Amino acid sequence: MNWEKHQVVEKSSILLVIGILIVVAIGGLVEIAPLFWLSSTIEKVQGMRPYTPLELAGRNIYVREGCYLCHSQMIRSLKDEVERYGHYSLAAESMYDHPFQWGSKRTGPDIARLGGKYSDEWHRAHMIDPRSVVPESVMPGYPFLAKTKLDYDDIGAHLKASAIVGVPYSDEMIENAKADLELQAGANTEALKDFLARYPKAQVRQFDGDPSYVSELDALIAYMQMLGTLVDFATFDAAGPNLR
Amino acid sequence: MAKRDSDRTEDVETTGHDWDGIKELNNPLPKWWLYVLYACIVWAIAYWILYPAWPLVSSYTKGTLGFSQRAVVAEQLEQSKAEKAGFREQIANNELAEIKANPELLNFALAGGAAAFGDNCAPCHGRGAQGAVGYPNLRDDAWLWGGSLDAIHQTIRYGIRADHPDTRNGQMPAFGRLGMLQPPQVNDVAEHVLSLSGNAEDQEAAERGGEMFTTNCAACHGADGTGNRELGAPNLADELWLYGGDKASIVETINNARGGMMPAWNERLDPATVKELAIYVHSLGGGE
Amino acid sequence: MAATLQRDEWKAFSDFLALGAAGILVVIGAILAIGGEDRAMAFHGCLLFGAAGLAFLYILTQVIEKKEAHDATSYADGVVRAGVIATIFWGIAGFLIGDVIAWQLAFPVLNLDLPWTNFGRLRPVHTSAVIFAFGGNALIATSLYVVQRTCRARLAGKWSPWFVFWGYQLFLVLAATGYILGVTQSKEYAEPEWYVDIWLTLVWVVYFLVFVATLAKRREPHIYVANWFYLAFIVTVAMLHIVNNLAVPISLLGSKSYVIYSGVQDAMTQWWYGHNAVGFFLTAGFLGMMYYFVPKRAERPIYSYRLSVVHFWSLIFIYIWAGPHHLHYSALPDWAQMLGMTFSIILWMPSWGGMINGLMTLSGAWDKLRTDPVIRILVVAVAFYGMSTFEGPLMSIRSVNALSHYTDWTIGHVHSGALGWVAYITFGALYCLVPWLWQRKALYSQRMVEWHFWISTLGILLYITSMWVSGILQGLMWRAYDQLGFLEYSFVETVEAMHPFYVIRATGGLLFLIGALLMTYNLWRTARGDEPLDAADQPSIAAAPEFRSASAE
Ligand code: HEC
Ligand code: HEC
Ligand code: HEC
Ligand code: HEM
Ligand code: HEM
Ligand SMILES: [Ca+2]
Ligand SMILES: [Ca+2]
Ligand SMILES: [Cu+2]
Repeated sequence: MNWEKHQVVEKSSILLVIGILIVVAIGGLVEIAPLFWLSSTIEKVQGMRPYTPLELAGRNIYVREGCYLCHSQMIRSLKDEVERYGHYSLAAESMYDHPFQWGSKRTGPDIARLGGKYSDEWHRAHMIDPRSVVPESVMPGYPFLAKTKLDYDDIGAHLKASAIVGVPYSDEMIENAKADLELQAGANTEALKDFLARYPKAQVRQFDGDPSYVSELDALIAYMQMLGTLVDFATFDAAGPNLR
Repeated sequence: MAKRDSDRTEDVETTGHDWDGIKELNNPLPKWWLYVLYACIVWAIAYWILYPAWPLVSSYTKGTLGFSQRAVVAEQLEQSKAEKAGFREQIANNELAEIKANPELLNFALAGGAAAFGDNCAPCHGRGAQGAVGYPNLRDDAWLWGGSLDAIHQTIRYGIRADHPDTRNGQMPAFGRLGMLQPPQVNDVAEHVLSLSGNAEDQEAAERGGEMFTTNCAACHGADGTGNRELGAPNLADELWLYGGDKASIVETINNARGGMMPAWNERLDPATVKELAIYVHSLGGGE
Repeated sequence: MAATLQRDEWKAFSDFLALGAAGILVVIGAILAIGGEDRAMAFHGCLLFGAAGLAFLYILTQVIEKKEAHDATSYADGVVRAGVIATIFWGIAGFLIGDVIAWQLAFPVLNLDLPWTNFGRLRPVHTSAVIFAFGGNALIATSLYVVQRTCRARLAGKWSPWFVFWGYQLFLVLAATGYILGVTQSKEYAEPEWYVDIWLTLVWVVYFLVFVATLAKRREPHIYVANWFYLAFIVTVAMLHIVNNLAVPISLLGSKSYVIYSGVQDAMTQWWYGHNAVGFFLTAGFLGMMYYFVPKRAERPIYSYRLSVVHFWSLIFIYIWAGPHHLHYSALPDWAQMLGMTFSIILWMPSWGGMINGLMTLSGAWDKLRTDPVIRILVVAVAFYGMSTFEGPLMSIRSVNALSHYTDWTIGHVHSGALGWVAYITFGALYCLVPWLWQRKALYSQRMVEWHFWISTLGILLYITSMWVSGILQGLMWRAYDQLGFLEYSFVETVEAMHPFYVIRATGGLLFLIGALLMTYNLWRTARGDEPLDAADQPSIAAAPEFRSASAE
C-alpha cells in the first residue's frame, strides 16, 4: 500500500474535514433515508388516529416525568414477549409519535398494550403510591400529579405544531382542541358525538375521579388507557406486504 | 517520507515526525488483526446474501433464506400453541366442572392460570390473591358475585362495571352526595351496618338506623345485610370488608358509593386462558 | 509597524464583535425572561440574561483598560485550566447523581415523591452530567491543550475559546435545570429542548472554528493523529446533533417542541445519533486523548502509524452504521437490523486498532506499570476500552441482544465503557495535566493516586459484575417457561430479584465516587502548589514540560 498518499489529508485541515464528513455521512443516508420511501416500512392498518388533546397532554406528562426511562412501548417480535404482553408492536402504532417512546430499558414492564388492562382507580392509586398496590415495585410515587391542575390553555398550539410535523390534525381538531380536552375529561358532554367522530374509540370520563378540575393525572391516565387500543388486529394481516 | 530515523529501542523506523516529543513507529498492521477484520467482512457479506440487508429503490434485498422475523415468531407461537393444543382444546371444549374433574387437565389449567394471574391479576388482587382495600380477597369464601366456577368464569370474562355489554353491574347510590340521606342519617345507618357484625359503637344510633337500612339498603344488601350476589352487594354482616370495617370507611361508602371496576378479560386473553384463570381462582381456597 | 497596526485593528474588531454578541444575547435573554410562556423558559431567559450580562461587563472592562492579552506567542492555557476545573466539578456531580439514582432503584422511597427528585427526572441529569459535562469538558480542555502542543501554535481567536468554554457551561446548566423542571425531548442523550439545542449548535460551531483555525495555523507539516480523532469527534457530533434534534416549537417563547420525525423513522434517527454519541463522543474523542497522553506519559512513540491510519478511517466509517443494534426485534424493518448487526461485528477490529496502538505503545516500558500509577490508570482504561468494544459487538448479535436488550446487561456494558474507559482515560489525563498546567514539580501525592486506582477499580468491578448477573438473570427470567409451556415468572418477580444487585451496584458506585473525591483533593493540593509528598518517586515527565527541559539542559 502506498502510505504516502495519506499525507494529502494529513497536511490539509480542510481536506481532512471534508474527508471525515463524506465518510461519516454515508451510513446514515443508507439506513435512514429509505425508511421514508420504502412502503414496507409502515404497515397498512386500520384504526390508527392522532391522539386526542387530553391524551396528547398526558403523553407530554409521560415524557416530562421520564417514564420512558423505565418503561418500553415496544413489544419485540419474540415469543415470550408476545405471550406476556400481546401482539408485537407495529411501526404503524407509533406513526403519530413525535418523538417515539419505544424505550431502551425495562425497569418496569412494557406498556404498549396497557389500555384497558387496569381501572382508572388502580392507576390513581398506583401513580400516587405504587407500593400501595404493588408492594415489590421500585417505581417512584407521583402524588403531585393528582394535585396539579393541567395547564392546557395552549393545547391548540400543541396540535398545530404536531400538524406541522405531519400528524393529520384537521383545522377543526385544532380549533376545538381546548373544548375537546375538557369534554374528554368529563366537563361537558353535549358535543360528544362530534368529538367521537373526530377521535373514534376515545374514552370519555373523569379519569382521576375528581370532577373539580382537570388534573395532570386525568391526562396521564387518559393516555395510559388508550395505549395499544387503536389498531384493529382482527383486520391486520401479518403476511403479505406486512411480512418483513 | 522525508526524514527517517530509527527509534533507539526498537528496530522499527519512525515516520520521522515529532509532535511535542511524540514520535510514531512505522510498524506494519498486525497480521492477526487484519485477518480477523477480513473474516468479519466476509462473514458480513455472507450474511447480506442470506438475509434481508440492503435497501433498494422500492424494496430491499430479501436474502436467499427468505428470512422474516415476523414469520419466525408467528411460527414459534404456532408451535407453542400446538404443543399445548391437546390440553388447550379440551379446556376450550369442556365444561369447567369436567376440567376440574380430570386431574391431568386440572394440573395444566392450574399452571396456566397461575402464569396468567401473575402479570394480569396480581397488580390488583395481590400476588397471593389475598386482595387489598378495594380489591377482593380471592382466597376466602366471601364472594361478591359468587364463588362457583361459572360465576367466577363469568366475572373474569366480562369484568365488573367494565365497558363490556355483558359486564356485571351493580351500582350503589351515593346516598350522601346525592342528598338522599342527611349526615346524621348516614351516621345512624353506618352504626347500623356496624351492628350487623356486632361492632356498633353507639347502640342507640344503630337502632335508629335500622329503619333507614330497611328502606334504603335492604333492597340490595338484604334485610339482614347478608348481601346479594346478583347485584354484587357485599355481605355486611360478616367481618370481611372490601373497603374497610372502620366507621369512616363505611360512612365514605354510604356518602359516595364505590363502584370498583374490574376489567373484562375476554378480549385481552384467549378463552382457554380465561377458563384456566377461573379454575385457578376457584381452587385458591374459597371455590364453591 | 504595519504588522502591529494590523494586529491592533484586528483586536479592536474582535473586541467589538464580542461586545456585540454579548449585547445581543443580553437582549434575547431579557425577552425570554419577560415573555417566556412557561416557568422553565422564563428561568432560562434569566440565566441567559445574567450570563451574557456578566460577559458583556467583563469584556467592556477589558476593552476599556486596554489590557494587552497574554503574550500572543505563548500557548493559551487559561481556558484549558478552566476546563480541567469544570471537568472535575461536573465529574463529581455526575457520579454523585449516578449513585443517588442507583440507590433509588434499590430503595424507591429515596425518590421522595417530589417532581424534581424522582428517578425519571434525575436520570438524564446523571447521563448528561457524566457524558456531556464531565466527558465534554474533558474533551474540550484536552483537545485545546493537545492541538496547541502538537501544532506548535497558539489557539486561534481571542474571545472565542472562552466563549466555547462558558457557552458550553451555560448549555450544561440549561440542560440540567431543564430536566429537573421537566423540560425534555425524551430522546436519550439528546434530551435538551429546541432552544438549548440551538445554543449548543452555536457553541459547537465556534468550537469547530477555533479547532480548525488552530490546525490551519500549525507550524508542524503534518496533523497529528490525536487531532484527526478530535476533529472527527467535533465534525460528526455537529452533524448528529443537528439532524437528530430538528423540531418544531409550539411557540418561540415556549420550551416545548415536537420532533419532526415520528415512530420508526424517529427511532432509527435517534439511535443513529445515540450510537454515534457513543462512537464519536465517548470513543473517537477519548481516543484523541489517548493518542496524546499515553505516549507522552510513557515517553514512548506510538506503536504504528499505519494502524492509526487504517483504524481511524475504518472506525469512523463503520461506526455510523451500527445504530440499528439498539432496535433489534423492534418494528424497525429486518433489513436495517441486519445492516446494524453486521456493521457492528465489522466494527470490532477497527475499535481494537485503537486498543492495540495504545497498549503496544507501552512495549519496552512495561515496568512503568509498576512504578507509575497514572500509567496504570491509562492502561486499564485502554483495556476496558478493548473489553467493552468486544462486548458491544457480541451484544449486537441479534440472538444475544434478544436476551440482553432492555436489561441491566446493557447498563453493565455502558458502565464498563463509561467508568472503565471514559472516566479512567480522563483521570489519567487530569493527573498529567494539572502539574503541567499549574507548573508544579509533581503531583501532591502519588500514594493517593494508588488509593484512587484501587478503590475505583473495585467500584467498577462491583458495578459491572452485579449488572451482568442481574441483566442475564432478568433476561432469562423473562423468557423462562415451565414444563407445561407457560411463562414461569411474572414481571414483578423479576423486579424483586434485582434488589440485591442494585444494592451491590450502588455500593460500587459509592466507591467510585470516593476515589474521584480523593483525586479531587490530590489535584487541588497539587494546583495549590503544596510541597509534593513523594516527588522523588514520580516519573520525570510528571513535572511540567517546561521544568523538564530546563533541568535537562
Ligand atoms: C424507576 C423506574 C420507574 C419509573 C421512572 C416509572 N415506573 Fe412505572 N413501573 C416500574 C416498575 C418496577 C413497575 C412494576 C411494578 C408495578 O406495577 O408498580 C411499574 C409499573 C407500571 C405500570 C403497570 C404496568 C403493568 O402493565 O402492570 C404502569 C401503568 C406504570 N408503571 C406507569 C408509569 C408512568 C406513567 C410513569 C411515569 C410518570 C412511570 N411508570 C415511571 C418502574 C418505573
Ligand atoms: C384493575 C384491577 C383489577 C384487575 C387487573 C383484576 N381485577 Fe378482579 N376485581 C377487581 C375489583 C375492583 C373487583 C371487585 C369489584 C366489585 O366491587 O364488585 C374484582 C373482583 C374479582 C372477582 C370477583 C370476586 C368476588 O368476590 O365475587 C374475581 C373472581 C376476580 N376479580 C378475578 C380476577 C382475575 C382472575 C383477574 C385477572 C385476569 C382479575 N380479577 C384482575 C379489580 C381487578
Ligand atoms: C343498588 C344497590 C345498592 C344499594 C341500594 C346499597 N348498596 Fe351498599 N353496596 C352495593 C354494592 C354493589 C357494593 C360493592 C361496592 C361498590 O362497588 O360500590 C356495596 C358496598 C357497600 C359497603 C362496603 C362493604 C365493604 O365490604 O367494604 C357498605 C358498607 C354498604 N354497601 C352499605 C350500604 C348501605 C348502608 C346502604 C343503604 C344506605 C347501601 N349499601 C345501599 C350495592 C348497594
Ligand atoms: C459513580 C458512578 C456511577 C454510578 C453509580 C452510575 C449509576 C447509573 C445508574 C443507576 C443508571 C441508570 C440505570 C438504569 O436505568 O437502570 C445509569 C445510567 C447511565 N450512566 Fe451511569 N453511573 C455512574 C457513572 C457513569 C459515568 C462516569 C458515565 C459516563 C461517562 C455514565 C453513563 C451512563 C449512561 C450513558 C447511562 C444510561 C444507560 C442506558 O440508558 O442504557 N455513568 N448510571
Ligand atoms: C464496537 C463497539 C461497540 C458496540 C458494537 C456496542 C454495541 C452496543 C449494543 C449492542 C448495545 C445495546 C443496545 C440495546 O440492546 O439497547 C450498546 C449499548 C450502549 N453502549 Fe455500546 N457498543 C460498543 C462500544 C461502546 C463503548 C466504547 C461505549 C462507551 C462508553 C458504549 C456505550 C454504550 C451505551 C451508553 C449504551 C446504552 C445505550 C442506551 O440504550 O441508552 N458502547 N452498545
Ligand atoms: Ca437507555
Ligand atoms: Ca434535544
Ligand atoms: Cu450502540
